Amino acid sequence: MIRSLWAIFRRDLTLLLMGAPGRGGALLPLLFFLAVAMLYPFAVGPDAKLLARTGAGVIWVAALLAAILPLDRLVEPDLEAGFFDQWALRGIAEEGVLTLRIVAHWLSFGVPLMLAAPLAAGLLNLDGAQLWTVEVGLLLGTPGLAAIGVTIAALTAGLRAGAALGGLLAIPLTVPLLIFGAGSLQPGGEGGLLLLAASSLAALAIAPFAAAGAIRAGRE
Amino acid sequence: MQPARLAAYDLACRRGDRLLFRGVGFELHQGDALQLAGPNGIGKSSLMRILAGLLRPYNGHVEHEGTLALADERPALDAHRPLGEALAFWREIDRAGEARADFGLEDLLDVPVRYLSTGQRKRAALARMAASGARIWLLDEPLNGLDAHWGASAQAAIEAHRALGGIAVIASHQPLQLQRLKKLALLEYLP
Repeated sequence: MIRSLWAIFRRDLTLLLMGAPGRGGALLPLLFFLAVAMLYPFAVGPDAKLLARTGAGVIWVAALLAAILPLDRLVEPDLEAGFFDQWALRGIAEEGVLTLRIVAHWLSFGVPLMLAAPLAAGLLNLDGAQLWTVEVGLLLGTPGLAAIGVTIAALTAGLRAGAALGGLLAIPLTVPLLIFGAGSLQPGGEGGLLLLAASSLAALAIAPFAAAGAIRAGRE
Repeated sequence: MQPARLAAYDLACRRGDRLLFRGVGFELHQGDALQLAGPNGIGKSSLMRILAGLLRPYNGHVEHEGTLALADERPALDAHRPLGEALAFWREIDRAGEARADFGLEDLLDVPVRYLSTGQRKRAALARMAASGARIWLLDEPLNGLDAHWGASAQAAIEAHRALGGIAVIASHQPLQLQRLKKLALLEYLP
């Protein structure tokens, strides 16, 4: 069983990091994230103080939107190709497969975003302390974003216009993470990080079961 | 060799608000083969998925001893990967050793799955099933897309599987040349 799950995890990670025809990869969300950070100063002007005050919030909005980008290829292609049925026949629980997928998804979008955050911070004129808070916030918040993303991908897989619906569903569900993540950057907002971690943990705890239930219900 | 058995009791299947069939029951033991026959839309694939445990029956239940393998129209092979790698993924999960059956895939192992023809994909799915080591084979239209030669090979693989004590359930509207083949015509089980 462990070796089966290891094989599945390696496949997930390769697909999500490197992408495949019709599956994108880790590069697209990353470029999207950096593009937002680059465009924002053009849009609001080069006022350093304004950028420093609002930039961290922009990073969070960009991270959230970048997390939505890969939703339609997280679960749908494998469901369509019959992978989930074949795993179920072999007695491999959907909960296990989807937990691995959350981890692989996080590694392929959360970690690259954290690596790109210093660059975005430079573009938005954030100082070192703010960047540090952003990094800690991303570390705590992106696992929750990944969990919510996989759940929504499982819920909308197989639906027509599932991709558009997935984006619409993701925005309200990820709002708490956005509020706590961006709020932690306000003066005296360090408590936001704790709430961020709590929301992230709650999403992580529920997601594998909700997503597995969605896959099973989709078979009916 | 572990025993194999597949039994269905009083199965009924409902899709939407339509009852497809009811009262379907059979019992298969080692070496048995059963053909599910009937026109399109009668519920052959749904019955297959009920037997595989992927679909809950509206009524009745299924018992099985021995591992199940399903080959349907979705081969579960990564379209962008070479066939050899795509099959190796499942070999690593199944760990059942090399397949005994020959589906003429040696020359195709370097070819990405998306470039394979329908028949070649079907052969790959059958090869994956044959390599899975499962005792009970559930085959949904296994001959679709296969020419006469590979159609005969597929049936030979089924016979070899039965000779080793395996069970095969085959949903097909085409005539099958299998020994001691049981038939279940779903038309007789309409509600």
